[in-house]
Amino acid sequence: MYSEKVMDHFMNPRNVGEIEDASGVGTVGNAKCGDIMKIYLKIENDVITDAKFKTFGCGAAVATSSMATELVKGKSINEAAKLTNVAVMEALDGLPPVKVHCSCLAEESLHAALWDYAQKNNIEIEGVSEPVETDHHEEIEE
Amino acid sequence: MIYLDNAATTRVRQEVLDKMLPYLTDFYGNPSSIYALGREAKKAIEDARAKVAAALSADKNEIYFTGSGTEADNWAIKSAALSYAGKGKHIIASQVEHHAVLHTCEALKKEGYEITYLPVDEYGIINPGDLEKAIRPDTILISVMFANNEIGSIQPVKEIGRIAREHKVLFHTDAVQAAGHVPINVNEMNIDMLSLSGHKMYAPKGIGALYAKQGIKLAPFIHGGAQERKKRAGTENVANIAALGEAISLIVSEMDGEAAKAEKLRDKLINGILTEIPHARLNGSAKSRLPGNVNISFEFIEGESLLLLLDMKGIAASSGSACTSGSLDPSHVLMATGLKHEMAHGSLRLTIGKYNTEEEIDKVLEELPPIVKRLRDMSPLYEQYIKDNIKDKKEGK
Repeated sequence: MYSEKVMDHFMNPRNVGEIEDASGVGTVGNAKCGDIMKIYLKIENDVITDAKFKTFGCGAAVATSSMATELVKGKSINEAAKLTNVAVMEALDGLPPVKVHCSCLAEESLHAALWDYAQKNNIEIEGVSEPVETDHHEEIEE
Repeated sequence: MIYLDNAATTRVRQEVLDKMLPYLTDFYGNPSSIYALGREAKKAIEDARAKVAAALSADKNEIYFTGSGTEADNWAIKSAALSYAGKGKHIIASQVEHHAVLHTCEALKKEGYEITYLPVDEYGIINPGDLEKAIRPDTILISVMFANNEIGSIQPVKEIGRIAREHKVLFHTDAVQAAGHVPINVNEMNIDMLSLSGHKMYAPKGIGALYAKQGIKLAPFIHGGAQERKKRAGTENVANIAALGEAISLIVSEMDGEAAKAEKLRDKLINGILTEIPHARLNGSAKSRLPGNVNISFEFIEGESLLLLLDMKGIAASSGSACTSGSLDPSHVLMATGLKHEMAHGSLRLTIGKYNTEEEIDKVLEELPPIVKRLRDMSPLYEQYIKDNIKDKKEGK
């Protein structure tokens, strides 16, 4: 059911861990739904120099976190803010339909980390707003 | 590969395969035909019917073959609803039934039936007192499973049967997981209808049976022929029926020894996991439990990830997490026992069968702890737990 790329990022996840002095941290999801993603960003001169994650969730949740952190490393915060769940999915050669919400979580946890950074530094990043609690499962069902 | 998902399905055993194959090649006649080739096929069906009946202490005229355990559940419940609608439209089931029962009840709800779902205790077992209180003058059916497919809890079937009889209400039990694994006597237990399935007892997929006590009204389920005493039309699956007869006969004759062996492996696995892995909890009852069922929740991790990593080590298992249930919610059974969502998502079911060995159990006990650790190391829930723990210690809590 998973592509080879998803399995690779699940079996050998890139960037697992924490960043002690992170510039921004974002956590989304909840235990009720069965997935929680936490992304740590190290940002220097508005460029993401390091990204790490911790994820509680299924194979797709781990793989999308891994891919999302890979995709934003080295990018400017404005470029990173434009990363969509679709781009994460495409980079993983697709996800089964019931797992699309995992990629939404990846996008949202990244945005939450960027929001945290923006708040701390009193700046605005285009396309990044305060994270709101949403039920991804309901979104998908509609 | 280490196959520990025997509650999902089992391997067809050689004796069963040998028994069924001739009915696909040599004795391929239609059982309804009058010539010798047809009579041979007919005889195979009736022999199998007698064997299934004997396994349940029933009469052979009380056994109907179906295409699956799910079909038998559907038939029993829909037949009761149709045949006894004159008496009432109230049905009692438990919260931990298989979807074959739950979804059938939900379908009847749309037709104007009222369903009471009995709650269960932390071990997944109903309280007979609750059942007694739920019975009303218009109650037509009680459907409570014999043993649970996820956590292996065995219900107080004899007590349920006694209450049902006392109140003159039909009692159906889904015995798909129990048949062949624990003793069943439909008379002593006052069971009016019972569903079972072949592929949980080393027969092929695609064959089940419904026991329906003589004298109860059983509505035809499939129309169009005289097969199964005009109640389930369609040319019989002779080979699979012969297989089910052989399989149930063998498994019942070997029950005592097999159960003791499975229980030994089960308890070794449960104790080994709970000793080796912290923050783990046994789901279901330690006492009233199917011989081969192990179901354990691991805090801070999610079941599908666990299954994928076990699969990489050649271990086949299952989980009650949302991601593996095909729905978006974790197992309704685990939730009914009062388990928190995150613990239900982190459940692992390992079900032991006759082909499992002690070496395999040892191998699982060796492979599982590092897999759980690996997932915890990448879990934000575990990270939080550790941080809170350190903080608590500093504050002297």
